[in-house]
Amino acid sequence: MDATKKQDVRIGFYICHCGSNIAAMVDCPAVARYVEKLPGVVLSRDYKYMCSDPGQELIQKDIKEHQLDRVVVASCSPLLHEHTFRAAVEAGGLNPFFFHMVNIREHDSWVHTNKVEATEKAKALAHAAIQRVAKHKSLEVKKVPIHPDVLVVGGGIAGIHAAMTMANAGKKVYLVEREPSIGGHMAKFDKTFPTLDCAACILTPKMSEVGSHPNITLLTYSEVAKMDGYVGNYTVTVKRKPRYVIEDQCTGCQECIANCVYKEPKFHDEFNEGLGKRKPVYIPFPQATPQVVAIDPKVCLNFRNGVLTDKCKKSCVTACGEKKAIDFTQQETVQDIKVGTIIVTTGFKTFDAKRVPQYGYGKFPNVYTALEIERLVNASGPTAGHVVMRDGREPKSIGIIHCVGSRDKKTNRWCSRVCCMYSMKLAHLLKEHTGAEIYSFYIDMRTPGKGYEEFYDKLLEEGVHFIRGRVGEVTDWAMSPEEEGKLVIRVEDTLAGYVRRIPFDMVVLATGMEPQADAQDVRRMFNMSCGSEGFFLERHPKLAPVSTFTEGIFIAGACQGPRDIPDTVAQAGAAAAEALALIDKGHIEQEPNTAFILDDECCGCKSCIPLCPYTAITFDESKKKATINEALCKGCGTCVAACPSGSIVQNLFDDEEIFSEIDGVLAHD
Amino acid sequence: MTTYSYFPGCSLKGIGRAYEESLLPVFQALDVKLEELEDWNCCGATAYMAVDEVKACVMASRNLAMAEKLGHKEMIAPCSACYLVLNKTKHYLHESPAVRGVIEKALADVNLTYNGNTPVRHPLDVMVRDIGLDEIKKRVKRPLTGLKVAAYYGCQIVRPYATFDDQYNPTTMDRLLEALGCTLVPFPLKTRCCGASLTGTLPEPGLLCSKIILAEAIKRGADVIATVCPLCQFNLDGYHDKIAAKWNDCRIPTVYFTQLMGLAFGLDERQLGLHRGFVAMKPWSAQPAAAAVPA
Repeated sequence: MDATKKQDVRIGFYICHCGSNIAAMVDCPAVARYVEKLPGVVLSRDYKYMCSDPGQELIQKDIKEHQLDRVVVASCSPLLHEHTFRAAVEAGGLNPFFFHMVNIREHDSWVHTNKVEATEKAKALAHAAIQRVAKHKSLEVKKVPIHPDVLVVGGGIAGIHAAMTMANAGKKVYLVEREPSIGGHMAKFDKTFPTLDCAACILTPKMSEVGSHPNITLLTYSEVAKMDGYVGNYTVTVKRKPRYVIEDQCTGCQECIANCVYKEPKFHDEFNEGLGKRKPVYIPFPQATPQVVAIDPKVCLNFRNGVLTDKCKKSCVTACGEKKAIDFTQQETVQDIKVGTIIVTTGFKTFDAKRVPQYGYGKFPNVYTALEIERLVNASGPTAGHVVMRDGREPKSIGIIHCVGSRDKKTNRWCSRVCCMYSMKLAHLLKEHTGAEIYSFYIDMRTPGKGYEEFYDKLLEEGVHFIRGRVGEVTDWAMSPEEEGKLVIRVEDTLAGYVRRIPFDMVVLATGMEPQADAQDVRRMFNMSCGSEGFFLERHPKLAPVSTFTEGIFIAGACQGPRDIPDTVAQAGAAAAEALALIDKGHIEQEPNTAFILDDECCGCKSCIPLCPYTAITFDESKKKATINEALCKGCGTCVAACPSGSIVQNLFDDEEIFSEIDGVLAHD
Repeated sequence: MTTYSYFPGCSLKGIGRAYEESLLPVFQALDVKLEELEDWNCCGATAYMAVDEVKACVMASRNLAMAEKLGHKEMIAPCSACYLVLNKTKHYLHESPAVRGVIEKALADVNLTYNGNTPVRHPLDVMVRDIGLDEIKKRVKRPLTGLKVAAYYGCQIVRPYATFDDQYNPTTMDRLLEALGCTLVPFPLKTRCCGASLTGTLPEPGLLCSKIILAEAIKRGADVIATVCPLCQFNLDGYHDKIAAKWNDCRIPTVYFTQLMGLAFGLDERQLGLHRGFVAMKPWSAQPAAAAVPA
């Protein structure tokens, strides 16, 4: 091509064998010989492992000895080693963007079966790169300062642990929780497997530490409404719901609760899964953090349909007295927070057992979900730990059904990971509390954790019966006198090889874990992705498990997929460490492959603005031109392609570079 | 007036004639026209499916092709077995190129083609989802107040294809019968096997299946079992003597849901084929509850 001839460039080309990954399907020396003859190419080599230290040193040495000013490496995907080679080029004394990488592994050797054709394809791709690199321009990596504060979204055990880690490292943390208290699901659990230590005993000290930590601003009964900005500089809008109590003035004395006009609690108690009752003014549970009451306008007599009427005699206000903590005029407020990084720990929801109608939840009162049992066996639960069924009887026989809503094409395909273990924990606790005969119906027993299999052994010794088989149905259809008035579990015992009917007083459904109902809204708000099942997607399942595809936003805990407490805490620590690493570096390095507007040519048509997936483009009203925020631009190129006047240009992808590349790939026949 | 193609199948002309006798006037009362396929043939039948699935599909597809030719948007198949075989054939046509090839060749031999259109619907589905409970309530002249019914769906209309109701706990018929004024008894065996064709070949387990359903309906206090399937009706109604001889007497009438609809619409009991059951339902017009309501 004429263009390359005119260019006074000195290009070095390197083709990597990648062991046999590439060399088995591409004749590397032949490609090197082909490239050697192309205009502008000063030297062309093939080498076994270009990414190795000697490989990188080879590039550096050649740059000096042969006065190279452009480098092309044909090897694997740029996702893996572009950074490596750019660094090598820079160490050799060149601008790192005078480099281009050709992917002849994922795009060629791994996907083809004919060596001759694969070699020809490699030559074409290499030719394109040679022509393209000649047009490369010197670019600069920009540094943007990072805001040191952190936002943690969700105050379950993951959020609590991440917030504490960050706060102890001296960072200012905002912890936003939607419920009136932090604690999440873990606060509802009675004991934890396999050690059987009490969940509250290990959680509540951490909760009160969060509540009193000078570096943590706790925003309960609040939700994130909006996020703007980019890594290092996020502006987050937090919506604070009115709890009709001034947090700073409430001491948690609970005199208001004792003096409420409702003498007896009579409303659905969310914390006890509806098994208990609470008053309109309430504190969710004894160790709630903050120790501040909340008033539920849906049932408080001073409201009607959530609208203030002021018709109640307000004995709560009288009881509160001088503290004056109750404020019925409170309105929703909105607060903007500036942070540099965000950790999303929004947790999970439990599977709705009514979606499996054959198990009778909601139809038979003595069918319970596992979370209900957690409350029922808990000393601070609705029955003070005394296991009585909805009909007032104590169960003498209990059947626990595993995998409810998990491992099933009709509901959720995934294994929820925790149900085998918590089912066994509940079997142990129920046996301890009631002495009942307990049967556990499982598909496979999954106990992959420290001390988990030993816990299973312990349960077997305790005399819990384990039956391998997916339960067909829970029915009140009795076939014999001993089945009358009982819940009959019908199941194929796949070890014994026959169908059984076993009558029980109580049935417990081990419901699985699901993404939160509003996971999609949260995903959109934080610019994250979700897997097909709806859990937030990590950047890499193995190597970047707490990062997301948005820089500076991390995930931890069950919002990313079903997991137990140890794994959740480990992940929360990892997310905190990743965020700390980012903050303590002090700045973000920005890839220069961003788009920019040629002001003279922009006609102000605004067609690019709605197309930008990263909301990086705004309209400058004074100049009547579009402007691109470089910090937000990810270099996707959508606006460049869409601009009708061709007035948007993208670094590393300008017209000259792309057309040269196309000419190059077509030049080889 | 909406018109559906109508595929009666062999049962509705034979042992299940009370189904057709009640189905046609009920649809007429609801201003819905059914046009019977001309020269229809065996649906393919579940029994034949077990012997040669592809040939059974070929038989079913001739009916489907003719329904498509007839041009009405959808076809009604009241017998559960027909309903299932016709739908299964559609499924194979879409999913299996091999089966599709055989079917297309066979159809071509008799100058027919089938594009896979024409949904095959069960009348229960059409009643509740197309016509609607409000429309049905408007036609009720003689509410079945006080009649305690066990709604029995059988297996084939919800398994394997649960197109209009839950696979394990269907409720469409319950809602329909409630709209007629019936009281539904809780019936946990609503989709349990009636014994199916097993009763013809291995009588003992087959009869046991029927007996379990009958006994439970009686225990739950039902006056009558309502069904949607001619084979279920036959199994539950046809073997009372044998069941009584082997276990205990489980006599309870088993009727088609369309017969109860006809009754509630004020149609003549004899015209609805209610006299055909071995264990006949007590004449509803003579019931005190019915007499109290002006016709």
